[in-house]
Amino acid sequence: MSTIASHKKRSGLMDWLTTVDHKKIGIMYLLGGLFFFLIGGIEALFMRLQLIKPENDMFVGETFNQLLTMHGTTMIFFAAMPILIGFMNCIVPLQIGARDVAFPFLNALGFWMFLFGGIMLNCGWFLGGAADAGWTAYAPLSTTSAGHGVDFYILGLQISGAGTLMGGINFLVTIINMRAPGMTFMRMPLFTWTSFVASLLILFAFPPLTIGLFQLMFERVFDANFFNADNGGNAIIWEHIFWIFGHPEVYILILPVFGIISEVVSTFAKKRLFGYSSMVFATVLIGFLAFMVWVHHMFTVGLGAVPNSIFAVATMAIAVPTGIKIFNWLFTMWGGKMKFTVANVWALSFIPTFVMGGVTGVMLAIPAADYQYHDSYFVVAHFHYVIVGGVVLGVFSGLYYWYPKIFNRKLNEKLGFLNFWLFFIGFHLTFFPQHFLGLLGMPRRVFTYLTGQHWDTMNFISTIGALMMGLGVIVLAVNMLISISSKYKVTSGDPWDGRTLEWAIPTPTPEYNFAQTPLVRGLDPLWVEKSAGNKEMTPAEPVGDIHMPNGSILPLIMSIGFFIAGFGFIYHHWLVAGVGIGIGLICMLLRSVIDDHGFHIHKEEVEADLRGVKA
Amino acid sequence: MGFYEVMKKWLQKGRLVPLFAMMAFMLMGCGDPTISTLNPQGQVAKDQYSLMVLSIAIMTLVLVVVFLIYIIALFRFRAKKGDDSIPKQVEGNHLAEITWTVIPIILLIILAVPGVYGTFKASAGDKAPKNQIDLKVTAHQFWWEFEYPKEGVVTSQELVLPKNTKVHVELSSQDVLHSFWIPSLAGKTDTNPGDGTKTYTWLETGKTERVYKGKCAELCGASHALMDFKVKVVSESEYKDWLTNMKSATAKSTADTAAGQKVFKQNCMSCHAVGKDGGNTAPNLTGFGDKERIAGILDHNKENLKKWIHDPQKVKPGNNMPKFGGKLSDEDIDAVADYLMSLKLK
Repeated sequence: MSTIASHKKRSGLMDWLTTVDHKKIGIMYLLGGLFFFLIGGIEALFMRLQLIKPENDMFVGETFNQLLTMHGTTMIFFAAMPILIGFMNCIVPLQIGARDVAFPFLNALGFWMFLFGGIMLNCGWFLGGAADAGWTAYAPLSTTSAGHGVDFYILGLQISGAGTLMGGINFLVTIINMRAPGMTFMRMPLFTWTSFVASLLILFAFPPLTIGLFQLMFERVFDANFFNADNGGNAIIWEHIFWIFGHPEVYILILPVFGIISEVVSTFAKKRLFGYSSMVFATVLIGFLAFMVWVHHMFTVGLGAVPNSIFAVATMAIAVPTGIKIFNWLFTMWGGKMKFTVANVWALSFIPTFVMGGVTGVMLAIPAADYQYHDSYFVVAHFHYVIVGGVVLGVFSGLYYWYPKIFNRKLNEKLGFLNFWLFFIGFHLTFFPQHFLGLLGMPRRVFTYLTGQHWDTMNFISTIGALMMGLGVIVLAVNMLISISSKYKVTSGDPWDGRTLEWAIPTPTPEYNFAQTPLVRGLDPLWVEKSAGNKEMTPAEPVGDIHMPNGSILPLIMSIGFFIAGFGFIYHHWLVAGVGIGIGLICMLLRSVIDDHGFHIHKEEVEADLRGVKA
Repeated sequence: MGFYEVMKKWLQKGRLVPLFAMMAFMLMGCGDPTISTLNPQGQVAKDQYSLMVLSIAIMTLVLVVVFLIYIIALFRFRAKKGDDSIPKQVEGNHLAEITWTVIPIILLIILAVPGVYGTFKASAGDKAPKNQIDLKVTAHQFWWEFEYPKEGVVTSQELVLPKNTKVHVELSSQDVLHSFWIPSLAGKTDTNPGDGTKTYTWLETGKTERVYKGKCAELCGASHALMDFKVKVVSESEYKDWLTNMKSATAKSTADTAAGQKVFKQNCMSCHAVGKDGGNTAPNLTGFGDKERIAGILDHNKENLKKWIHDPQKVKPGNNMPKFGGKLSDEDIDAVADYLMSLKLK
């Protein structure tokens, strides 16, 4: 076994398949997430087309249930989460002045497991029907669902969930251990803070999901009876397990977006974030309360007035830290000199839209009133206001904001505005009427409705809005495609006059991020240096050799192994399952016995790079 | 002009008053009284509606304040061309931060107290007070079974109740989760499988004689969207008559429908019952001729009934009734449809 640091340069495809560089993994997360976002969007459009008029017969019964299940599952687990983890990968190490994440190998493994989990979930479409029991997979509908759709859901989520858990742990360790000198916790940018808390939520929320999915799997594959009332099981246990995971999950999605909004609003208002400490406090408090409120998804289950009331009050309490955040953003705007770039317009449009989703959330927290809202279109409107009006608007803001840092290109601003207006107007057209559809008695997850109940016009408007959102996303895709042209190349590492460390790095970002680890002298470190008249960060160390990790193909092979094992479990081919697990175990063994000390980028190369930047 | 002055000006000029008036007007009596939560007809739904109105009012206040600050900031604090000066870097403001922590807490308390009170009021124990109707609801994929245990009457899909009456409801499911919802009368309660997870709720029928629409509100399979039921609220005497007729109803036939009854006995009664005779795994068809809908969803006429018997999967995909087209001749289906349509209570 070699103990000498050595390095093999790979290029092209092989480089991407073996990379452990957080920037490349981040890009793959982003592109993978956007790909699944398109699939989930097409599923949504199919549903809206079915509901455009009463008693339509385009996608009925089982097919519609598959669409709604796959739309929810895809958007939450395979679009929103990977896109946000993509941003975390690309940005968090740069914001804290690190050269990579703490566990680069694990990082790559997390990505490949997400990707193969997503592919596995979607295999259902081609192998006899996708999952059809809702993204919540309530038993006994999920345990008795015919075909293998739900099995693909279980195994797909199990594989990708393990990847997400690894990602969460990785970011916790990275943020705790790898901050540059001077980057204290209370100087961390808000995006890093929210990523940190979201990672903490991943750490505590995903294990319950893993357990629950194993129970579901045992029930479907090995005839266990956890949720089967006929044999002494209890279907409500699944609801608890799912929502103990599921509620923190929505905060895992929204917290990093709060971070993005904080960065973007502050940068383009040219002001430091108003009430930074209270922002951090609110983030941590929201993260804590996230685990205290899961029963508000289950108010109608019949748990009784006492538990319902306790969880109702806990739920309402979340409005307080969230309100603090909203007002802090408003007062970051107040007194600023705002530039309306596309990134900022997305972020500013987030604020009122998210507030609208937030207030319906407080309304839903009152159990007796929730008995009317629950599982109606009112709820559909509410969670799309917080997930599309919150997460997606924020993600688009982050995409336009960090695009130059991640891809060394700027997105076209004119197309950006077209993208924004189509999507933003389409969004409100789609989801605003749905509040009223719910109040007028329309249940959610229905494939059709009868005429004469005042539901027809609003459903029609909703579908038109959805088509507009679709157009908006096409414009975004076009914008990203044309940005490949060298016309859109950026030369400056700091195109927005930024405040945080990622903008202190030249473009394109060197493999080692920081030639010299920077010395952080305050909140918004780059802004601090700019205010002091410095053009760049003060280094905390002399130029020296930089230690880097080697790439590895093992994460990919390991994920393929688990993917194969998944098929074995779904089709009850134990040999195939064994082979798949075996591949994974062998990869783990190889990883353990092969000493890989990485390699060094030598001082001379770094110095040459530095001269290149200055020339 | 600072933020406080702006807010004061807006509040003094009373610009918020018309907004509230407009909102209250907009929500009043909205939608179809047989299915709208905004047009409640029974006491339970009315209580829930008043909680909804209270929360909407408070939340509208929040929205107005946030939107005002937002819009003012949006227009007042744009970067002007050529102005490259750096705005003041404000760290925060303790007074302001305490204000927007405390005021939301007060608003939430105003909301939480009636909210919790209403939640206890809406809940029902497993014992019904005297002189009320007891009702057992059992949900099936994709139909509803209603049992009046004290009266010994079982019916399906259409619930008959006297007006101005409290009904104590016990709910359970035969298969997967469903949820029992009559938007105009009461919010929903889930039906869970198994004896250990029975749920209880209550509703009040209101003072109007009317047919209300009921819905299944929990995804329960392919025909979840079609799992509708009806609640017929009638006068006290009509309800009494209905009970008497239900109890005395038997599977009788006339000369015209005897052939149909024979087909029914041979093919349908292992699952369906009329009166006391027949199985209980499918909807009880006593008084079928008086029903509002076929299979809960189709208009009530003989053509639709034949269509249903021919191929139930075409109407309600995934339901448990086998296809009889091909199994029975067209004449037999016609005869059994005639027979079923003749099953009237009076």
